[in-house]
Amino acid sequence: MNATLAVRAPDRAPDRDPAWQGRLGLILVVGVLLWPLFVATEFKPWVLLDDRSRQVTAGFLASFLPPAHTPDFLWLVAQQAWRTVAMATAGMTLALLAAVPLTLLSTRVLSISALSGRMAAGPFWLRQAVRAALVVLRSVPELVWALIFVRVVGLGPTAGVLAIALTYAGMLGKVYGEILESGEAHATQALLRNGSSRLQAFLFGLLPQNAAELTSYTVYRWECAIRSSVVLGFVGAGGLGQLMDGSMKMFNGAEVMTMLLVFMALVALADRVSAGLRRALG
Amino acid sequence: MSDRERSSGPSAGPPQAGPHPLGGSPGVLAGRGAHSHAANLPYRLPPPLLDLRSKGSWFIAAVLALVIASFWSLDLQWAQFLSLDAMHSMGRFIGEFFPPEVQPDFLQRVAVATWETLAMSALGTTIAAVIGLVLALPASRLQTTDPAWARLPTRWLLNALRSVPELVWASLMLISAGLGPFAGTLALAAHTGGVLGRLFAEAIENAPPGPAAALRTQGVASMPVFLYATLPQVLPQLMSYTLYRWENNIRAAAVLGVVGAGGLGQLLAFHMGLFHMGKTATVLGAMIGLVVLVDALSYAARRWLTR
Repeated sequence: MNATLAVRAPDRAPDRDPAWQGRLGLILVVGVLLWPLFVATEFKPWVLLDDRSRQVTAGFLASFLPPAHTPDFLWLVAQQAWRTVAMATAGMTLALLAAVPLTLLSTRVLSISALSGRMAAGPFWLRQAVRAALVVLRSVPELVWALIFVRVVGLGPTAGVLAIALTYAGMLGKVYGEILESGEAHATQALLRNGSSRLQAFLFGLLPQNAAELTSYTVYRWECAIRSSVVLGFVGAGGLGQLMDGSMKMFNGAEVMTMLLVFMALVALADRVSAGLRRALG
Repeated sequence: MSDRERSSGPSAGPPQAGPHPLGGSPGVLAGRGAHSHAANLPYRLPPPLLDLRSKGSWFIAAVLALVIASFWSLDLQWAQFLSLDAMHSMGRFIGEFFPPEVQPDFLQRVAVATWETLAMSALGTTIAAVIGLVLALPASRLQTTDPAWARLPTRWLLNALRSVPELVWASLMLISAGLGPFAGTLALAAHTGGVLGRLFAEAIENAPPGPAAALRTQGVASMPVFLYATLPQVLPQLMSYTLYRWENNIRAAAVLGVVGAGGLGQLLAFHMGLFHMGKTATVLGAMIGLVVLVDALSYAARRWLTR
């Protein structure tokens, strides 16, 4: 034991957080910054507790139980749930058909001119243009696309499918591009340098490397698309959303509860599929 | 699965770099592998693309069936959509957007609604992060000896919060909170709280256990262990998840107004309903601008966080 180097350990930890002043200050600053937000959103939690609102809420919540379970209603819910899933699936399929070519066009890793220094001007601007198109596609929320398409094709699933397809093409294109560019590029570049075509380099280099991530993101987006297609029902695209809008306007809590349970089941199902796929693709 | 692949030896050709996602390489998904240890390993053909014994083939078939059934059952009106008539009405519709309304008092209303939307999304995400962190603790197993009896029920709660879309939450909240941005904020907080809680719980469970174990062996209580060992390690990741959800929420906040929960959506639904196309165009422009702005801000912040 070297006595000069031995530091006397404190018998016990300090009672007080040594950095408490700094933390308190930070909390105060954040509070001051958040204040305008509370004002702008008319954040008044006490309105939830006033008598009238409490009565209405309690009455509505009480009507949730038991969930509606007449065979007629359950059959209707099953039909509308299928419409919702079908709208999401059809929208996702169209979105994929658009997103895959856009991704291939915009991926920097698949550039042959970038192998030797800078990318050539033509390909560079083409990629930027495709990226800008993806930004525009995904900046408009799907509900707005749906409101526009409902004017053109009328009420019905066509508007919903198109809305999901356009927005999700933008999102998938962006994230696929990010996934493909975040991984190791060596295999792909080796293929490209040895004379393979871009499509070959993609199929045998990039795709196997990133398959698990791409698949699990796609399934996650499918789950989001199911939620979107519920939302689109609220503007008249059919499916569970429209049914729910009706029940909610009638203050029929039991029917709302049944539909909420169906949502939960659908999302849990998507979760299972995603987990299973991720395990299989490792 | 990589062990099985490698056991076929170097003479069996290059080891597969990974599964083929579209063809769904059956050998990998079903995990069939011939274990032969002869001196000269026979050259194995790659697994066939379609194989009744492979789960992958069945999965692909199921996906195809789902897609075909979806298109078949939806009675989509492509003919009507792609007809000359529809093209004309689409063109006329878009033409009516121009010129966008730029009167100062209308612009001011749009600015107020934009600020309201931004505030709703930011405050909703902040509350959601707090809810998420509070629920993520019981939803995660912090150490191997932790019984974590609340893990499953909390995860069910998080899944329930998450599986109901924001717009549905908003229309439920309207009943008790009344029309206006407050209901929208609560709706965003409820849905995003579920999403973030789950992501946070996974981040907390995946954090390196070393520092926490060191404190625990010193006899530190579990709350300080979390605050001083686990939280600092995962904080950048939690922040980046929160920012990412903020990007999503700005889109959601923009449309929540359609059911009466305030912000740009309310303005949009109002003017679109009255066919004020110029004003609608201005609102749409503000929406796109806001989304692009928040995307850029959040991207920059995440870059800075994960430097």
